[in-house]
Amino acid sequence: MNSKYTLLVCDGASCKTTHKANLAAGFKKVIAEKKLGEFVSVVKTGCFGICGQGPIVKVLPDDLLYVSVKQTDIEEIVEEHIKNGNVVKRLLYTDPFTQEPVEKQKGKKIYQKQFRIALRNCGLINPEDITEYIAVRGYEALASVLADKTPIEVVELMKKSKLRGRGGGGFPTGLKWEFTAKQPGNEKYVICNADEGDPGAFMDRSVLEGDPHSVLEAMAIAGYAIGASQGYIYVRAEYPLAIHRLNIAMEQAREYGFLGKNIFSSGFDFDIDIRLGAGAFVCGEETALIHSMEGQRGEPTKKPPFPSVSGFRKKPTSVNNVETFANIPAIVLNGADWFASIGTENSKGTKVFALAGKINNIGLVEVPMGTTLREIIYDIGGGMVNNKEFKAVQSGGPSGGVIPKEHLDTPIDYESLKQIGSMMGSGGLIVLDEDDDIVQLAKFYLDFTQDESCGKCTPCRIGTKRMYEILDRLTKLEGSPDDLDILEDLAVNIKNSALCGLGQSAPNPVLSTMEYFKDEYEAYAYRKVKHTYSIITDKCIGCTKCARVCPVECISGSVKVPHVIDESLCIACGACYTACPVNAIEKP
Amino acid sequence: MKINSRSELVELRKSLSNKITLRESGATTDDTIEILIGMATCGIASGAKDTYNELITVIEDLNLTNVKVISVGCLGYCYMEPTVQVCIPGEEPLLYGKITKDKAFELIEKVIVERVYLSDNLLIRSFDKAGASNE
Ligand SMILES: Cc1cc2nc3c(=O)[nH]c(=O)nc-3n(C[C@H](O)[C@H](O)[C@H](O)COP(=O)(O)O)c2cc1C
Ligand code: FES
Repeated sequence: MNSKYTLLVCDGASCKTTHKANLAAGFKKVIAEKKLGEFVSVVKTGCFGICGQGPIVKVLPDDLLYVSVKQTDIEEIVEEHIKNGNVVKRLLYTDPFTQEPVEKQKGKKIYQKQFRIALRNCGLINPEDITEYIAVRGYEALASVLADKTPIEVVELMKKSKLRGRGGGGFPTGLKWEFTAKQPGNEKYVICNADEGDPGAFMDRSVLEGDPHSVLEAMAIAGYAIGASQGYIYVRAEYPLAIHRLNIAMEQAREYGFLGKNIFSSGFDFDIDIRLGAGAFVCGEETALIHSMEGQRGEPTKKPPFPSVSGFRKKPTSVNNVETFANIPAIVLNGADWFASIGTENSKGTKVFALAGKINNIGLVEVPMGTTLREIIYDIGGGMVNNKEFKAVQSGGPSGGVIPKEHLDTPIDYESLKQIGSMMGSGGLIVLDEDDDIVQLAKFYLDFTQDESCGKCTPCRIGTKRMYEILDRLTKLEGSPDDLDILEDLAVNIKNSALCGLGQSAPNPVLSTMEYFKDEYEAYAYRKVKHTYSIITDKCIGCTKCARVCPVECISGSVKVPHVIDESLCIACGACYTACPVNAIEKP
Repeated sequence: MKINSRSELVELRKSLSNKITLRESGATTDDTIEILIGMATCGIASGAKDTYNELITVIEDLNLTNVKVISVGCLGYCYMEPTVQVCIPGEEPLLYGKITKDKAFELIEKVIVERVYLSDNLLIRSFDKAGASNE
């Protein structure tokens, strides 16, 4: 670099807004005053992922980190560190394990809340070039398994790692492989579930697009463990790029002999094919998925028999999720103990989440099990947009529920989420703030499930429809307090009587929101809610922003003239409220 | 090119190790500079393809023969797409966000030619990961 010192000053949304700091400008000013401009440059950076300790300043080339830096600390840092070369000890980053201030960051990375196993190669390698995957030890897990381990030993390894399925249910992968391996017969199948039907989830797509070979390698390992020589990837046709990259990857893997006959001269044969799904949510359920693959209607059947006993073509089949597979080569290479050392008592390893909603750092994150929601939202996620009040986070999509403020510090794992009425699901996390309407949210999910219900069983087909109608009535202020009891009754009954996981979990969004936000349901039932948004004429500057974002075009007005909302058409989506630059919109 | 044994595979991997150490820590024995660009659905939707093409054009125009552009998967920073990682031999790899087509020239001029940071676009790698690249 040109100058002696470089100060990397965090300019992430959290450091900028939560702490109301404009440190970069502050540093520049002090440096100019002290005429040190030629010795130090100030560079703004994105979030460090430890916003709870923000604002952050990193000093190069010394490579150390100052945390919780205030405007009033600038003078001292510049004078002491830059001018005199003395470290300002009281502001140093403290290692969370040793509790020691870290003077030399070199080699010692700051402790990051994110740890990537399933996503380890995403963004690092070219997914369309097999040599890049080989460069990160690709296919060595398969090679070592074929050379050193019997199938039973592979199953034991998976059991010992305590890996659980990432497709939602959390069933132990090793056990599933064991059941499948123990079935008689030599025609068995491995299926990779890449249906990913949760609205808002895109973890599996990212793995397939960024690191397809790790899934292929893991499927071959599964094939060896359970005694299958054919695998299928069931992926929705809406994922064209993932399909394209999978096809390239399979072709290259065959060319190198990692798929096909006599892999690594071991006598083991394994190949993989793709089956395209039409994008129905229910086809992510494993029995429906198998029927769809067989060319039948994508409808679930009662379990047992489980697919591990009677699956594809009535043969023993192990269905595993994309993310589950992506973990497996890393487990084989690093050992079961390594994997089991990460996470909580009963949930090992990491989980990938798709962070969305009213949060600053929207994106894909992977954290060890046991990380709290607070850490995910306020450290990794950079906090709430515009510093709004956190209301809840929706997890588990249409099968899950909301997690309110009081549970922000719950360590996330399969059990803890179930206990508080939500579920891990596949990993979508939608963050809601004070402006979001909980009943509308529940209605959105019920609209989704009643639409996606395959219709085979009555509770799900008719029950979810009725639930949706009640919610619709309530939100239109046409309901009554009795509706709340009916809604709850219906929800419990559907949960207990539906045929498959879709119906059994469809009431969850309603039950969990009713538990934590009953008052909002009551407000609708007793019609105490003003149903629509309105514009405060005195405040409106006629900028037209609201009219442009309104999805139902119910806002009218000319430029620089106060606008009006046609309340008979307003759907209370809140888009105008968010868009208005002068707070001229009144909430319902 | 069929690989018949584990040892053959390990040999091949060792011959490729420069590629990954450059991207993970900057360590390498040759002088190739790499620009990795996130080209998953999310990146492409925010214009990564245009950025990719523009980067190649700029590199050709400036005749930077040792700079390669490589398309990779999603880095996870959806709020800063398109994202790139600049890997310069001997230096810590740097991430940059919101590198749209119109930023491509500036990125190459500042970060690769002049070797200064691009303020406002610099991202910090905010995760650790399982190292699969070492034995
Ligand atoms: C309605 C419904 C939808 C599902 N969708 C998916 C899905 O999109 N992807 C997935 O991997 N599992 C999905 N599952 C779970 C699968 O039935 C199955 O448990 C899973 O693929 C097993 O893989 P795992 O053990 O690796 O998690 C769904 C289940 C239900 C009931
Ligand atoms: S650490 Fe500064 S915004 Fe996250």
